[in-house]
Amino acid sequence: MDFTTQLLIAAISAGTPLLLATLGGILNERAGIIQLGAEGLMLMGAVTTCIVYIRSGNLLLALLAAIAVTAVLGMVHSFLCVTLRANQTMSGLAMTLFGSGLSAYLGKSISGLPLPGTSPKLNLSWLNGIPVIGDIFGRMDYLTWFSLLLVLVLHLLIHHTSWGLHLRAVGDSPATADVMGIRVQLIRYSYVTAGAALIGLAGADMVLAYAPTWNEGLTAGRGWIAVGLVIFARWNPLRALFCAYFFGALDSLGFRIQLLGSVVPSYFLKMIPYIVTILVLMYLGYRNRNKPSGTPESLGTPYVREQRF
Amino acid sequence: MSPKNGSNSAAAVLEPAPAKTGKRFSLRLEYDSSRTRSPWWSPILSVILALLLCAIFIAANGMSPVTVYEKMFRGAFGTSYGFTETMVKAIPLLLCGLGIAVAYRISVWNIGAEGQLTVGAMAATAVTIYFPDLPSFWSITLMLLFGTAAGALWGLMTAIPRTHFGVNELITSLMLNYVALLALDYVVFGPWKDPKGFNFPGSPMFTAAQSLPVLGTTRLHIGLIFGLVAVVIYYLMVKFTRWGYELRLIGANPTAARYAGIHIKRHIIIVMLISGGLAGIAGMAEVSGVTHKLMQGISPGYGYTAIIVAWLAKLNPLGLIITSVLFGGLIVGGYSVQTIGLPSSISEMLQGSILFFLIAGDMIHRFRIRRSA
Repeated sequence: MDFTTQLLIAAISAGTPLLLATLGGILNERAGIIQLGAEGLMLMGAVTTCIVYIRSGNLLLALLAAIAVTAVLGMVHSFLCVTLRANQTMSGLAMTLFGSGLSAYLGKSISGLPLPGTSPKLNLSWLNGIPVIGDIFGRMDYLTWFSLLLVLVLHLLIHHTSWGLHLRAVGDSPATADVMGIRVQLIRYSYVTAGAALIGLAGADMVLAYAPTWNEGLTAGRGWIAVGLVIFARWNPLRALFCAYFFGALDSLGFRIQLLGSVVPSYFLKMIPYIVTILVLMYLGYRNRNKPSGTPESLGTPYVREQRF
Repeated sequence: MSPKNGSNSAAAVLEPAPAKTGKRFSLRLEYDSSRTRSPWWSPILSVILALLLCAIFIAANGMSPVTVYEKMFRGAFGTSYGFTETMVKAIPLLLCGLGIAVAYRISVWNIGAEGQLTVGAMAATAVTIYFPDLPSFWSITLMLLFGTAAGALWGLMTAIPRTHFGVNELITSLMLNYVALLALDYVVFGPWKDPKGFNFPGSPMFTAAQSLPVLGTTRLHIGLIFGLVAVVIYYLMVKFTRWGYELRLIGANPTAARYAGIHIKRHIIIVMLISGGLAGIAGMAEVSGVTHKLMQGISPGYGYTAIIVAWLAKLNPLGLIITSVLFGGLIVGGYSVQTIGLPSSISEMLQGSILFFLIAGDMIHRFRIRRSA
């Protein structure tokens, strides 16, 4: 395999958790709720997967547990932000702090233990004959295929169904949506919960496909990169795919350059994804300074139904 | 529904009372947006509820929560050694928390205190490496200046993208934390590594002239004075200067402030410089007063804990002193439970849940249950 193919494979592998978390963030923010707890949710998803997988040996059970735990956390976030109208920024920060503390606490007993297995791969051996495509698609795991399918499903859902229309209405103008008989609170609760579960699945994917053992704080800011990617992708699932793989490539590029015997110390190569996130967001801000950015218009503002007399 | 109690605030209905027949009374939650001042007991209640929540997790781990909490409390406040350690931890929390409070006052969500503290510590160490033989006064002064400037610069790198490119400061400041920590790793493993350090990653030990004076035989250093002085200056500035007035105005109503001709972008840059600068001082005080050398993990998450310290204190200067001592105690208490085989991340878990209950409590207070006939 040549360098480009290897980089593509690495980009997809490193990009899949970013993609899942970005899609989760898009669902949250399309409904008008900021989700800054992605880092904490990913950690909780990852630690739950590790604990359940190591204790039970059942991968499906582990994934379901990760989804369940993070969905509950998502409900807490929606309770705070939708029902109580709390500060969404603060609620997200609390989620991140609580998630990293609790995951470190729960994960202490299994820290460093290897997982019983990795994510199972879908073996498409008939693709193996084809040079580049065979190498890339021939042995992708189920979660990667799921994330690709999800991109398509969410794209169709958001842009081509009436459910998506309701979702966008709730994110852009909840008051109008309410008048039209759309149940704003119900929609916000469901999408925030579903979004949190997806972010949790991203954490699960990180340990299954990327780093096959639990270490404290193993997401290393990828949850936050996903928060940036939501903006980068302009709240659009199809763009999220390219953005996530681009950052996956950046993430693994540093490692590859190091393997090639670079003179640049590895610490600087590891800084690349963080610095590029800032630079890309600055570029987007500059380019779109007089244009709508695609932000759901009511993002971050709790909906208060007007008083009726 | 009639306007409540003659006040003309926009009280809103959370759930419209369903028109049920057969029931004489129905309970209704009513939102009162005029109740913005949260009660004084809400921070205390959130600490208690957080302790109860985490007790569940501790009990699930097969330990007695009472034993664990008692251990934490004794470790942090029970002995004079523990108490001075708590105060030592409170110093960076107070400085970072104050910086965060300044920024939060005008809704600039700086979560980069961790990185700002780290670069402050690195800049102070740079002074000891490049100017090793300065007399004590000049050495400390230069370290303080460098530390503050580095922290402020790191803050500026968050402020400029926000003001000139519209980039969310949360993301920028957090990304810069990771950059700062990687830069720290680079210098302690690379160019600044102590040649006599048995390959241990860290800078050479500071000389006595490069270390902050300590109180008697304890580890409590003069950085405490920095923190207290900064709190007093902050209080006076916010209360009695034009700048403080403008800050309060932006905090209360940014739109009105903009119409009043207040330059909000300039204020964002100023508060981020102050915020970063204070965290930079905290970093300088840590290396010069506590660790006496630069090494990995000089901050056990002070920058993140300081967020809760600031929020729990309701951005109030006096409150900041109390909460930073409390959270200093939480960190020291977290270390002391390690002796009975529990991870110190208990204290992080407590911090996160305190914040959860705090923001929930502030809002629950705004609802009132009403009975309608």
